[in-house]
Amino acid sequence: MTGTDLGMPAFPPFPEAAREAVHDEVLRANLRHATHTIRDKRARAVAELDDWDRLRAAGKAIKDHTLRHLDRYLLQLEAAVTAAGGTVHWAVDADEANRIVTGLVLATGEREVVKVKSMATQETGLNEALEAAGIAAYETDLAELIVQLGHDRPSHILVPAIHRNRGEIRDLFRSEMGRWGRPAPEDLGDDPRELAEAARLHLREKFLRAKVAVSGANFMVAETGTMVVLESEGNGRMCLTLPETLISVVGIEKVVPTFRDLEVFLQTLPRSSTAERMNPYTTMWTGTGTGTGTGEGDGPTAFHLVLLDNGRTDTLADEVGRQALRCIRCSACLNVCPVYERAGGHAYGSVYPGPIGAVLSPQLRGTANPIDATLPYASTLCGACYEVCPVAIDIPEILVHLRERVVQGGPVTREGVRVRIRPAHGHTAERAAMRAARLLLDRPGALRAGERLLSRARRLRPQRLPGPGRAWTDTRALPDVPAESFRDWWARERKAPQK
Amino acid sequence: MSSKDRILSRIRRAASGPDPEVPRDYLRVHAVRTPAERVDLLAAHLTDYRATVHRTDGDGLPELLARLLSRHESVLVPPGLPPYWLSAAGPARIHDRADSTPAALDRVGSVVTGCALAVAETGTIVLDGGPDQGRRRITLIPDHHVCVVRVPGQVVDSVPQALERLDPTRPLTWISGPSATSDIELDRVEGVHGPRVLDVVLLDAQ
Ligand code: SF4
Repeated sequence: MTGTDLGMPAFPPFPEAAREAVHDEVLRANLRHATHTIRDKRARAVAELDDWDRLRAAGKAIKDHTLRHLDRYLLQLEAAVTAAGGTVHWAVDADEANRIVTGLVLATGEREVVKVKSMATQETGLNEALEAAGIAAYETDLAELIVQLGHDRPSHILVPAIHRNRGEIRDLFRSEMGRWGRPAPEDLGDDPRELAEAARLHLREKFLRAKVAVSGANFMVAETGTMVVLESEGNGRMCLTLPETLISVVGIEKVVPTFRDLEVFLQTLPRSSTAERMNPYTTMWTGTGTGTGTGEGDGPTAFHLVLLDNGRTDTLADEVGRQALRCIRCSACLNVCPVYERAGGHAYGSVYPGPIGAVLSPQLRGTANPIDATLPYASTLCGACYEVCPVAIDIPEILVHLRERVVQGGPVTREGVRVRIRPAHGHTAERAAMRAARLLLDRPGALRAGERLLSRARRLRPQRLPGPGRAWTDTRALPDVPAESFRDWWARERKAPQK
Repeated sequence: MSSKDRILSRIRRAASGPDPEVPRDYLRVHAVRTPAERVDLLAAHLTDYRATVHRTDGDGLPELLARLLSRHESVLVPPGLPPYWLSAAGPARIHDRADSTPAALDRVGSVVTGCALAVAETGTIVLDGGPDQGRRRITLIPDHHVCVVRVPGQVVDSVPQALERLDPTRPLTWISGPSATSDIELDRVEGVHGPRVLDVVLLDAQ
């Protein structure tokens, strides 16, 4: 069996990739503009709700409770989806998910699918698998389209084309659109309005004739079998409504117990994510509408749900690391991260960039390869990511835990089997990671900003970390933990004798 | 072992530890409002997200809809739309039949619907496929959507209140302003794939 595939396997480790990105001025300027804009807007959207902390605590608890009984809720979900006319498939890893989807598409006789942004299918590398089977997969999010036309990789969860500016996008549309369908107008300018119009026309042709769509989902409701997709552009509604066959590939951690639970996440996700009171469109559907309710005859007549493990159960087995499975992919942690802002999304070498990527990717894939051994070092431990996280994932705590794992080795679960990984100290990747991180972060301004945020984050942190992280906190009084900048940590660790 | 059994058994081995009680002490509504204040807030938030808000009563509705539809040659009409709504409107009525193709619907300029409810705190209207709303595709393909909200009866304060009133087994579409993207240098552009113009009519139905 091959290791869990999170896409982009042949990618340089974080430090090398980060060094490249730091020297790419366009990328840095775009990222800085983007992250600061969203960050400020988000703070205002969140401030509107006096009960933000309580919503955050509820969201965390709903997810933890669900993960504790994940087997039960997945079975309940399967029963509800089936009763509503859908079919549920289970995929242990990326290959199996891709095989299932490819088979389903081929069975329809179609050789073309439209796709609405789905991190799960980026994770499995579905587009490449479909292509190998002779099926064209068209991304329909504007940003994903830009990325796809540019044979590029997404660099941000929410705005995947954040690394491209308008002039580049215009050039791309002019040169590439015609190869895939309706070409862009000859005289296309670089006004975002014009560019969006070109995308609208290019994609409409595809939506109107599409017979098969592939999506992800933000939430799945166990009690009712209801799937929920939040979006802005309307391409989601197109994909979820017009085709005859709909295939949704969703990580098993996306289930919530009840319809009522959505009242928490429908308040926290849009505000954390796009900094809006509510995103323009949210679609909820239950199976094919047959068997329950009155949705029959509205939307796809065949619905397939592919439940994806791909390293999630291994992550669940780690008491400290499992909290990463609470993530609702809002991207707020990216926008406050001083490392992300400087390094850019590509440096993380997986579909999950930024702080959440630094803790999720190594866990889903295992810390055996160089990039995953370096990812836990892609942080100043400033704690800003924890503070903004709408499900209170203590990313610094997981980072510390994973660093300990890299340096000291220890037990991990891989493909359901408990194994011990060997210590990697002295590892070239580790040394390179520290060098690159220093290059990025030896800027007093950045660290000061981080330290300011800290004092607030600290309040929320326990004196001692629970679980395996304890060994680390036992020797270092916790109030100093976040304040220990990456620089200090690095300086001390470097001096520490090799164990 | 099937993949399903494998995943379930991995979960059973992995899941451990405390099972937290979910604290439900967050707010059901974020302010106490009179019905009129609730409607005003809805209007303000809809406007914020670039929907155009109109107010009328039953007598003024046909005139208003006629005016909003005047730029279009045809309008999609859900099966259960009250006939008097369009009694003064000029455009040809198009019905969504089982054999209507998406391409055929793409030639229709506008659509008029009611809604299931509206949420004041977020500026959201929710469609549930009821007789005055029709199938999801008719509010998606045309470039112009006129949505009539009966106020104050159909307006709730908050997201929690909205979910209490909705039936999850129906196809639900939550709409907060026209479709939008900020994918190009974070400049917000209204209207990508969904209707680019959203008119919301607050119909005084007291
Ligand atoms: S870790 Fe938290 S802040 Fe980051 S994307 Fe996930 S939910 Fe959002």
